Amino acid sequence: MKPYIAILSSRFRTLLQYRAAAIAGVGTQLFFGLVRMMIFDAFYRSTTADQPLSHSETVTYIWLGQAFILLTLFGVDTDVALMIRNGNVAYEMTRPVDLYKMWFARALSGRAAPMSMRVVPILVVAGIFFGLTPPASFTAAALFHVSIVGGLLLGASMVTILTISMLWTISGEGISRLAPALVFIFSGIAVPLPFFPDWLQPLIAVLPFRGLMDTPFRVYLGHLAGTDALLAIAHQVLWLLALCMSGKWMLSIGIRRLVVQGG
Amino acid sequence: MKWDSLRLYWRYVEISFRSQMQYRLSFAFHAFGHFLVTGSEFLGFVAIFQRFGQINGWTLPQMGLFYGIVSIAFAIAEAVPRGFDIFPRLIRSGDFDRVLLRPRSAAFQVLGQEFQLMRVGRFTQGVIVLIWASQRLGIDWTASTVALLLFAIVGGICLFSGLFVLQATMCFWTTESLEIVNCTTYGGVEAAQFPLSIYRPWFRTVFTFIIPLATINYFPAHAILNITDPLGSTRIIQWLSPIGGILFLWASLQFWHFGVKHYTSTGS
Repeated sequence: MKPYIAILSSRFRTLLQYRAAAIAGVGTQLFFGLVRMMIFDAFYRSTTADQPLSHSETVTYIWLGQAFILLTLFGVDTDVALMIRNGNVAYEMTRPVDLYKMWFARALSGRAAPMSMRVVPILVVAGIFFGLTPPASFTAAALFHVSIVGGLLLGASMVTILTISMLWTISGEGISRLAPALVFIFSGIAVPLPFFPDWLQPLIAVLPFRGLMDTPFRVYLGHLAGTDALLAIAHQVLWLLALCMSGKWMLSIGIRRLVVQGG
Repeated sequence: MKWDSLRLYWRYVEISFRSQMQYRLSFAFHAFGHFLVTGSEFLGFVAIFQRFGQINGWTLPQMGLFYGIVSIAFAIAEAVPRGFDIFPRLIRSGDFDRVLLRPRSAAFQVLGQEFQLMRVGRFTQGVIVLIWASQRLGIDWTASTVALLLFAIVGGICLFSGLFVLQATMCFWTTESLEIVNCTTYGGVEAAQFPLSIYRPWFRTVFTFIIPLATINYFPAHAILNITDPLGSTRIIQWLSPIGGILFLWASLQFWHFGVKHYTSTGS
């Protein structure tokens, strides 16, 4: 386990250098959150019908989404992409570590590090000025933490699969271009998932993408509590295992047929 | 001279097309992915409207008109003056020095850097929404309302181009791109997809008088829909307002010229 933790922490430290990007990111996300919030304020002013989320729950959901936006940001690891293109991936394979775990650790730090710099300032500002409410209960807060870690790992497992798919496509096209659209709509970042029509909910519930955001956020709101919360976290864990296993399997095939580019 | 520049620009575009078409499949996936992301965003709005019915009295097809205008304008503004978007690279590498040596204006050459074809995804999606909205609204298109629609789109292209020019100009001083400006470009698109009247007053002021987004879809849309503006703009203002986008671009270019004069090379 040791080398992977070393990879994780060294990448983490590298990425923490990008402080200016983080400040810009915080500003941008606050702006987007504000726009979304005003849009939903207007929607709630316009209706008296019962909604799947209350006004204040929606506002909290939106701000959590802005704070944890990097959970849904999908792109292949550009460093690994370059290695596959210029042939340096051959060196990666000679290292005495498991390639899957190494790439997984990279993917994990790639999102955890920049996120760690943004979450707190956004939550603090939104909490003081813009109506973000605290977790529903102590249990909700505890389960939220578990579930956010689940979302992080789940996201890393998806990104790792995208990275591995580059062994076939080299350029990183194909699923890595289409995946962001799926994540965008089915994770809850575009629209809080409870607002989707009832007939779509069974599909949303099965797909892995809700585990990235919607699950932790609804646990936070107390919308998913007790058994429901545990089941939702189990859903995250099951998909995480499934995606890790398929990723490993893909990698083992991809490496067998890999032609190293360049010289 | 004018025609000569136009011919040269066309050459730039041609080269850009050809280089992007070298990776046909890559281009197709890119454009299609873009189409899917923006399309799913609109489907999200459809879902919300199904729950809420309307927003401050505005219906989904009405919002589709706002959405369509701003999407089309932004898609073109992302494709055409893309050179300003990637301008920091030119500054950092020092290649801007070469631009200054050539016998054409710097703005013209930066503009010709790249024509990004893959934005056709967002463009197509915007057109589809606009056509759908206008059919649902039963808009009676006349020569003059079509002209106003085109005027609004042109105004929008100018406005967003102006923002890209401003963002690029700041690089003369900061060397790196100021991501925070994305609030006004991407954030502006996000905001202008809905009628401006739903926002808070300070926000409306910013997007009417400082970054005049309201002039390119909120005001003209009232004239096209033939309805009264709750914010009290008159028909004449609504017909003329897209000029705000053009003025914004003109002002941005003045700032750009000022920046070019103050440019010092990064060297190497």
